[in-house]
Amino acid sequence: MTGARVTASGWGWRHAGRARPAVSGLDLDIRPGERVLVLGPSGAGKSTLMHALAGVLGDDEDGDETGELLVDGRRPSEARGRVGLVLQDPDSQVVLARVGDDVAFGCENLAVPRAEIWPRVGQALADVGLDLPLRHPTSALSGGQKQRLALAGVLAMRPGLVLLDEPTANLDPEGVVEVRDAVLRSVEASGATLIVIEHRVAVWQHVVDRIVVLDPAGGILADGPTDSVLSAEGERLAAAGVWIPRFPPSMPDRRGGSHDPGAEVLLSADDLAVGRVPFARKRAVVVAHGLNLAVQAGTATAITGPNGTGKSTLALTLAGLLAPAGGRLAAADALAGGLGSAPHAWRSRDLLARIGTVFQDPEHQFLAGTVRNELAIGPRALGLGGAEQTERVDELLHRLRLDHLADANPFTLSGGEKRRLSVATVLATRPRLLVLDEPTFGQDSRTWAELVRLLAELLDTGTAVLAVTHDEQFVTALADARLSLVPSTGPATGHCVTTSRVTAGLRASAGTDAS
Amino acid sequence: MTPEIRPSAIARVNPVAKLAVALLISGALMLSIDWVSAAVALALEAVLLAWCGLSARQFWLRTAPVWIAVPFAVLTTVLYGKDSGAELFSAGIANVTEGSVSLALAIGLRILAIGIPGIVLLATTDPTDLGDGLAQVLRLPARFVLGALAGLRLVGMFIDDWHSLALARRARGVGDGGGLRSRARRFGGLAFALLVLSVRRGSKLATAMEARGFGSDVPRTWARESVFGVRDILVVILGAVIAAAAITAAVLAGTWHFVLA
Repeated sequence: MTGARVTASGWGWRHAGRARPAVSGLDLDIRPGERVLVLGPSGAGKSTLMHALAGVLGDDEDGDETGELLVDGRRPSEARGRVGLVLQDPDSQVVLARVGDDVAFGCENLAVPRAEIWPRVGQALADVGLDLPLRHPTSALSGGQKQRLALAGVLAMRPGLVLLDEPTANLDPEGVVEVRDAVLRSVEASGATLIVIEHRVAVWQHVVDRIVVLDPAGGILADGPTDSVLSAEGERLAAAGVWIPRFPPSMPDRRGGSHDPGAEVLLSADDLAVGRVPFARKRAVVVAHGLNLAVQAGTATAITGPNGTGKSTLALTLAGLLAPAGGRLAAADALAGGLGSAPHAWRSRDLLARIGTVFQDPEHQFLAGTVRNELAIGPRALGLGGAEQTERVDELLHRLRLDHLADANPFTLSGGEKRRLSVATVLATRPRLLVLDEPTFGQDSRTWAELVRLLAELLDTGTAVLAVTHDEQFVTALADARLSLVPSTGPATGHCVTTSRVTAGLRASAGTDAS
Repeated sequence: MTPEIRPSAIARVNPVAKLAVALLISGALMLSIDWVSAAVALALEAVLLAWCGLSARQFWLRTAPVWIAVPFAVLTTVLYGKDSGAELFSAGIANVTEGSVSLALAIGLRILAIGIPGIVLLATTDPTDLGDGLAQVLRLPARFVLGALAGLRLVGMFIDDWHSLALARRARGVGDGGGLRSRARRFGGLAFALLVLSVRRGSKLATAMEARGFGSDVPRTWARESVFGVRDILVVILGAVIAAAAITAAVLAGTWHFVLA
């Protein structure tokens, strides 16, 4: 099996109902076996191009096509099985309930004879390094495993062109490397052409031959060998939000230099165990225990550790959303403000001005039909007057550059805008403690920098920040303390580093990066 | 969402054969409302349960809905069912007569005799195997069968999503308080949010399936062969025998009451 050739001449696509084309005037020639990284600011039509190459853009009803886009000289919709596409979201690509069946799904659709399917399935699973029984339930896989499963499903179809649309944006650092190496191993073996979209250039930089930068105004901004494109266009791309290793986003300064060890303690955990109560059960299943932590006003604590160690469950527990499964969690009076010391026993409304939670998936927390109403929900629940509500909402709209979207539906915003809005909704009630779950996952460098700057300002005003994160840059930029969850044979345990020496070290490196 | 299927004689039977048995028995029992046919069917089914491989705990847990439904159905029929024969007890509109008691007995047994095989069928069948059977043995359209199968996987995510949405609402300050009306409104809002989330998930899944060559007009192959063998035919015959025995017993006992007559 050889790689596929991709040619575009004056190609463009306008989604039905949109005034502007998503892609226009594209000329491109990708040789068989080439490995190409496609970059461009958001809105440059990268995903549209990938969907078009995979033949899933739809027909005349779904949009207008101009020019010509060909895979091996044929229209992509006629080159079925020649092209395989892996998408960003690991959860929405699993089709069937068992690992083997899911990998076989694509082969079945291509009418591969049964006797040939199972050897292909075995080969594909081996290529992506997923060493699991064929009957293993797909629901029990981690995010990185699900992405490798999706990749195996594509590889089993033996495509000449492999398309990856931000395949690692939702994965932890180990998952990212897992998936990238699986991709490389398999295209190496099959000689397939590879096209990748990815914000984080560092992941692919050294393994692709060529970078193509799409121009949001149409056509191509730059096209050539990796190094020359990065040196010519790196700065401009970085300004547009692409993560370029040589041009990291700026780190904020934090007032106060080192953190004050005498700062007020807001929340303390003592031998805390956390877990969730499974559906239709009474008792929680403990995922982490033996956790000790003191959250001080004006400090940022990072909760880190591999997937599955219970970081999110811990965050939800500290945020007063889940009841502790054991041990003690106590809010000091500075946080409780007259209520009892157990945050999970507080009323929903009482949490607002005390603990704010930003969920990993912003869509989970949107309730209103417009951005403006979304922001007003918290202040209204607090019982603030109309004038004060408007004032807070307007201030946040302006501060987070959401003014022009005030009347838009939150679900229609871009990924970065959704993230900013989800943070803004929480800030609207001015909580003393802010809990964030993976706030920087999948964000471009511009949104990242804005978020970090905003959190630094909040820290300086005395708000405490607790963040679950895999993002070392984020830890470096903000964290005063780090709680690392380590997996053990049983439930995970935590190890908290809060000495001032570590704090100083973290800050010092933040300073160097910023210069 | 996929329950663990323990290996058993019934679990090995082709799901299509099991489906046929369940349909045969319920079809026969729907033709009449009398206690003899339902009791005979139930007794014969009880014998077969020994081969289903369910533990006692699993059995009671899964059939719990039926056991809960039966007393309600029986009680309402006893009190308000069509009266005939000697009156045993009367208070207001509630009349207990020999006729309403025997009708209640017939309905209660019927719910059990129809409900239990259906539940056992589900508990011993992997949805993927059922899909294979429906597409390969019954030749239902692949698009329909696989669409349903992929959709079923999304149902498993509902519980997690519901939980996350509820937590998010609590964090947004609108998670509790208020009277019955605001509670109902909250539940409605949550259900709608879940619907929106599911539709978005579904459309992403559809794209992913299409990207793997699903939905074209070219006939597809099936990686897992669904075999309908001698054993499966025997199982269907067994189902027919149970249905026939139930009808015959009722006719002989003189209780058969054809509902369409």
